[in-house]
Amino acid sequence: MIPSAFDYVAPETLDDAVRALADAGDDAKIIAGGQSLTPVLRLRMNDPSVVIDLGRIPALRGVRDDGDALVIGAMTTHHDILHEPLVREHALLIAEATATIADPQIRHRGTFGGSLAHADPAGDLLASALALGAEMTIAGPNGRRQVAAAEFFEDLFTTSLQPDEILVDIRVPKHSGWTAHYEKFNRTAQAWSIVAVAAAVRVDGGAIAEARVALTNMASVPVRARGVEEALVGRAADAATIRDAAERAAEGTSPAVDGNADADFRSHLARVLTSRAVTAAAGV
Amino acid sequence: MRITVDVDGTRYSDEVEPRMLLVHYLRDQLGKVGTVSGCDTSNCGACTVHLDGRSVKSCSVLAVQADGHEVTTVEGLAQDGTLHPVQEAFHECHALQCGYCTPGMIMQSIDLLEENPDPDEQQVREGLEGNLCRCTGYQNIVKAVQSAAGTMREGSAPQAGGAR
Repeated sequence: MIPSAFDYVAPETLDDAVRALADAGDDAKIIAGGQSLTPVLRLRMNDPSVVIDLGRIPALRGVRDDGDALVIGAMTTHHDILHEPLVREHALLIAEATATIADPQIRHRGTFGGSLAHADPAGDLLASALALGAEMTIAGPNGRRQVAAAEFFEDLFTTSLQPDEILVDIRVPKHSGWTAHYEKFNRTAQAWSIVAVAAAVRVDGGAIAEARVALTNMASVPVRARGVEEALVGRAADAATIRDAAERAAEGTSPAVDGNADADFRSHLARVLTSRAVTAAAGV
Repeated sequence: MRITVDVDGTRYSDEVEPRMLLVHYLRDQLGKVGTVSGCDTSNCGACTVHLDGRSVKSCSVLAVQADGHEVTTVEGLAQDGTLHPVQEAFHECHALQCGYCTPGMIMQSIDLLEENPDPDEQQVREGLEGNLCRCTGYQNIVKAVQSAAGTMREGSAPQAGGAR
């Protein structure tokens, strides 16, 4: 299939990109790595009149240490994130989730910011961004603003990004000394999560001192499993604690029903995968 | 829109529509039909080429995104009539049945071996997870990649650092 015709703009600075977006009107689409958008264009599920490519703006790429946080440029590829020691050291959960995305070719092109802005409920990075309390920096015609991950994801494929705004970078508070695991259930031929669980814990003296757990594809947006977190914190890092905590994984979720799973099965998966994810994260 | 792309060591400059996919540019405009289009949905990896030395699925890249960059296809691997060690290994191990996935498998295998010159079987399978062989002929493909890895390690052993 061949996409519908569109005009193409490849600005070289963020300011130019914001201007190009404003000039293009409501019918423009931003292309980051293009690993979701290009298939969508080919299937003609979307036919923008203008495509604005962020691929020629070097300032949007890379990971930098900003004291108590890492700042990840929105156009940093999954591959670059996997090869960035800073991410492994201070935001291990993101590295673990990134490693499960699609395949090497797609990880070479796909970007951290593109995945978050696309907001596919089966996307693997959303839950990790939420669990670690990431904050999005967004640029628009009126300057910049910050939005917490908890407010950023609004609905299926919908974020708080306005049509004239661009995701610039993602500020991830450092979770140094935390251990993490991303446990995913998917069809082998399709790496999209049917359900997945992002878990990060800080174990201190055999007990779970802090825990962050978030779920992929258990609602139209990623959700924190707060019941699980409550049931973990302050207790011994052992199998009994994790088993009991994981029972609460589906609390407050609203899983979709589709060809892959019904709601009951998704809830079951959430409990089982939470148990596995926390077990692996805590090294039990 | 005019683009300039280095493909297999030759510089091309062409007028293309922004919606043209890289795979169609390679095949229809440049006649590089060694790169095939398989699934149309970025699943199968048959269209894998290297863009600035990294494997990508050319059905999921616009030709205009390759402007100013370097593309290597399966047709650019052989040097002076000598097959690339991975091509040679696919031949020796009979790592194909119908052959449709082969160009993509070879391109991804080369990328994999650049990241990991000595992969075990599991690592080969994971490295090729974005490439589907609908004949299910994976066994010999894995063998070929490991055989090529051995050849390439031997070839690079005398050089410090093992750069290829």
